[in-house]
Amino acid sequence: MRVNFTVNGRKQEADDVWEGESLLYVLRERLGLPGSKNACEQGECGSCTVRLDGVPVCSCLVAAGQAEGREVVTVEGLADFAKNRACGGHDGEGKGGACGTTLQEAQGWSAKGTDSQTGEGGELSPIQQAFIDAGAVQCGFCTPGLLVAADEMLERNANPSDADIREALSGNLCRCTGYEKIMDAVRLAAARQSETASSQGV
Amino acid sequence: MDFLRPDSWEEALAAKAEHPTAVPIAGGTDVMVEINFDHRRPEYLLDLNRITELSEWEVGEKTVRLGASVPYTKIMENLRAELPGLALASHTVASPQIRNRGGVGGNLGTASPAGDAHPALLAADCEVEVESVRGSRRIPIDEFYTGVKRNALAPDELIRAVHIDKADGPQQYSKVGTRNAMVIAVCAFGLAVHPETRTVRTGIGSAAPTPVRAKEAEQFLNSALEEGGFWDNGKIITPSVAKQFADLCSAACNPIDDVRGTASYRRHAVGVMARRTLTWAWESYRGNAARTEGVA
Repeated sequence: MRVNFTVNGRKQEADDVWEGESLLYVLRERLGLPGSKNACEQGECGSCTVRLDGVPVCSCLVAAGQAEGREVVTVEGLADFAKNRACGGHDGEGKGGACGTTLQEAQGWSAKGTDSQTGEGGELSPIQQAFIDAGAVQCGFCTPGLLVAADEMLERNANPSDADIREALSGNLCRCTGYEKIMDAVRLAAARQSETASSQGV
Repeated sequence: MDFLRPDSWEEALAAKAEHPTAVPIAGGTDVMVEINFDHRRPEYLLDLNRITELSEWEVGEKTVRLGASVPYTKIMENLRAELPGLALASHTVASPQIRNRGGVGGNLGTASPAGDAHPALLAADCEVEVESVRGSRRIPIDEFYTGVKRNALAPDELIRAVHIDKADGPQQYSKVGTRNAMVIAVCAFGLAVHPETRTVRTGIGSAAPTPVRAKEAEQFLNSALEEGGFWDNGKIITPSVAKQFADLCSAACNPIDDVRGTASYRRHAVGVMARRTLTWAWESYRGNAARTEGVA
């Protein structure tokens, strides 16, 4: 079957989709967006977390056909998504059209940026920058899911307590770092977010 | 496999009538796991996500009509006052991502003895509204669970909503697992105090082939509370009454040994949870009673 939906603000069409296929499979194998990771395939690990109509979900548990006509944001579109939100142009649901991340851009997305030493020049969302600055990435497999989940929490809750962060990330497993650096990264992103907000007089 | 995408409830009923083997999918948190692992290859998947009314709820005078697909997150955010037991149970469901998708209809449809919502539904008391092209009916929750992962639905029926009695007193919920998030219950216990009828109702999860109430324990407790005048004098529950209640709740279990726990541990843990939830709920009942008297 064919599935039409919006991915990172742009209309996309996936063809020859098997009816029992997951949204995760469509994103990775049909659209060439491997940012969302495939690990447990049972909603346990959160590494496939994406936003579905603004809501964080495990894309491995969404049937491809259920995404028809809906808006999906993946980690590849997170920088743009966060930028639009910061500009006030975002209501939590991508609009499609001129803004957004093209499939080509998304497929070629890299956290490295143009300068391999400093990472400068790459488009990063604040939460992605915070993960790099806090050293919250080790093997990196859980990172995309954590980024999407953490970004959504910071959208809802500008001043999260440690308990809020732990609760929001309780569906994302990391088997490398033991979560402390991840906690640091989210605290850092929250602090930077409130600095920006106060400097703008919000 | 065929993917059926009804736009309305009527279309969904027609599709289910035409294809009774069709597997309904809403949040997908059970169905997709089975498909991903090749445990299940249904001929038809019946997507219920497009039927918006299934994600809506109405608060009535006596009951809440909870659409089958209302996600647990919404129950936690919006129905804490009306359905405190179910809201607490919702908190224990998996993770935020899963709570954003899963709902009570899926728990009922799967009818796993470990479903987190069941003990809260049994304790609060509710009716499950099911419908087919033949008509609509309401199944009392006490008659809903018929066996391990079996329920009272006919092959052509779909779950539309659950009509849950609004809380008329304190409700509590407790669940045993290895950590807070992402655990299937080793066992779980729900308890609701109903001052209007002067009864206490219970629900036990993951400790019998189906979710069950501890009916003998309820009967014992209800007469002990009545005889002791507890509903009026606001006294604390006597330790011997709490112990007897806990023992009877343990006795209501019919658990098995499995990877999550042994039968004897489950029996023991249910007794502990029964005593604790009774104490918590009764303490808030007493607190409220005292406050009311103070104001009056």
